[in-house]
Amino acid sequence: MIRFVDVHKSYRVDGKDVPALEPFDLDIADGEVFGIIGHSGAGKSTLIRLINLLERPSGGRILIGDTDIAALPDPALRAARQKIGMIFQHFNLLSSQTVSENIAFPMRIAGEKDARVLRARVDELLQRVGLTAHANKYPSQLSGGQKQRVGIARALANRPSLLLCDEATSALDPQTTASVLDLLAEINRELKLTIVLITHEMDVVRRVCDRVAVLDAGRIVEQGTVADVFLHPTHATTQRFVREALPEEAAGENVPYQNVQGRIMRLSFRGDTTWSPTLGRVTRETGIDFNILAGRIDRIKDLPYGQLTLAMQGPNVDAALQALRAAGIEVEELAR
Amino acid sequence: MIATHLPLLQTLFPNIDDWGELGQACIDTLLMLGGSLLLTVAIGLPLGVLLFLTGKNQLHAMPKLYGGLSLVVNVLRSIPFIILMIVLMPVTYFLVGTKLGIRGAIPPLVIGAAPFFARLVETALREVEHGVIEASQAMGATTWQIVRHVLLPEARASLWAGVTVTAIALVGYTAMGGAIGAGGLGDLAYRYGYLSYKSDYMVVTVLLLIVLVQLLQMLGDRIVAHYSKR
Repeated sequence: MIRFVDVHKSYRVDGKDVPALEPFDLDIADGEVFGIIGHSGAGKSTLIRLINLLERPSGGRILIGDTDIAALPDPALRAARQKIGMIFQHFNLLSSQTVSENIAFPMRIAGEKDARVLRARVDELLQRVGLTAHANKYPSQLSGGQKQRVGIARALANRPSLLLCDEATSALDPQTTASVLDLLAEINRELKLTIVLITHEMDVVRRVCDRVAVLDAGRIVEQGTVADVFLHPTHATTQRFVREALPEEAAGENVPYQNVQGRIMRLSFRGDTTWSPTLGRVTRETGIDFNILAGRIDRIKDLPYGQLTLAMQGPNVDAALQALRAAGIEVEELAR
Repeated sequence: MIATHLPLLQTLFPNIDDWGELGQACIDTLLMLGGSLLLTVAIGLPLGVLLFLTGKNQLHAMPKLYGGLSLVVNVLRSIPFIILMIVLMPVTYFLVGTKLGIRGAIPPLVIGAAPFFARLVETALREVEHGVIEASQAMGATTWQIVRHVLLPEARASLWAGVTVTAIALVGYTAMGGAIGAGGLGDLAYRYGYLSYKSDYMVVTVLLLIVLVQLLQMLGDRIVAHYSKR
């Protein structure tokens, strides 16, 4: 468990304190994938670097388990860092070393000298990230996705309990991003590893995160489960992120509602309700009529969800809404 | 090789009296160069690393120490070598017990070249991507581990380029050193070529120095190319 208690951070620029992160509290549970989303300059890179103390907090306490990481003396801090993996946007591999040597590097740092132990662990990690055939190549001979896989193998070398991902997919194309995210999800599942990731893409959060915090100008403006935040964003910044992740039609933003008859409702289905024919049943029972204005069905991590924007007509709309709510469908009326 | 071509050389340069002396001067120059280059790297490399580490926004930023080191380096670099050599004579005598010969030449050569090389080292290390250093810190590496396993290996192509430039600068310095009693090719060129108007000496010495510099540059380029493939 990572717990931030009243943590804040400011930088001294030309003799003045410029706040980067306003005081905040945040809990990240063991084994979850926690996303921090924000625009560049929002403070997310500072926030993730507070966890392994690449940035020192200006105040507050950062607890990993029961240890206040900012209070550790240097040798203990280095030992703690060896158990926190980190991957980076630009991979940050040693260009003068092969893939195998890059993966062995953190183990050497931690004092492992036995060549057989190193060899065995490197082979195991190469297999996990699917790079066995590239063991003796240099980073410059690899594609971006392969470099990030080396980064992930390297981060896992010392069997950490926590993995920090600093915009790990931002330099990758969409297809490679998907495969790297799948790998992260797999690691999280199989190794029970806690993952904290920062990103500026809602799609990354939607695919792998369990919970998310939205950072705007140094402040956490919204946090919760990804499904809650994604389906019902309340802060303007969150709404913008969610809109960016959806095609415009699916979000139902550009429909000229003034030409539409009836009440405009947005229905959100989550989990099992996505697969049951509730809307059809309720329509039949209440005799209402509806017109689909926009809609999509997708997944939030492993949770299927659907969102439909409907224009509903008829004398029994209220009864229909009640029946839908009773069936576990979230209903909200959109302003005209 | 010189022996077999001696008749030809003697016809080309009839005014050179003693080819053996010339050969010895070559050896002296190479010894001075080798010795001073070794010591220059031995002193300049740690100095350069220290300059890098204590620099602004670096791992161990120490503005005062950096400012002090920087000043010393700049002062030594701004004194023309021939003057530095004369100024350093008492120091040289104290260090090696003589002001003359190969031994007497090495201290001023090293004191002149080490600050120069240290700057090249500092520049080379600054070119190492900051992200790689950050990644090593995140792994819990000590500063020594970062220097030894990250900074120096990552910068080795530029470091070798720096060694090459320094070696060539040292060739020039050794020739200058010849003028005030260090021996070697510079000494021959100065005494016979300049003071005794035997221009053959001048021509041969210059040709030998050109060949030496060419060889050093070619060797350096090969090493750099080998390390920058990656």
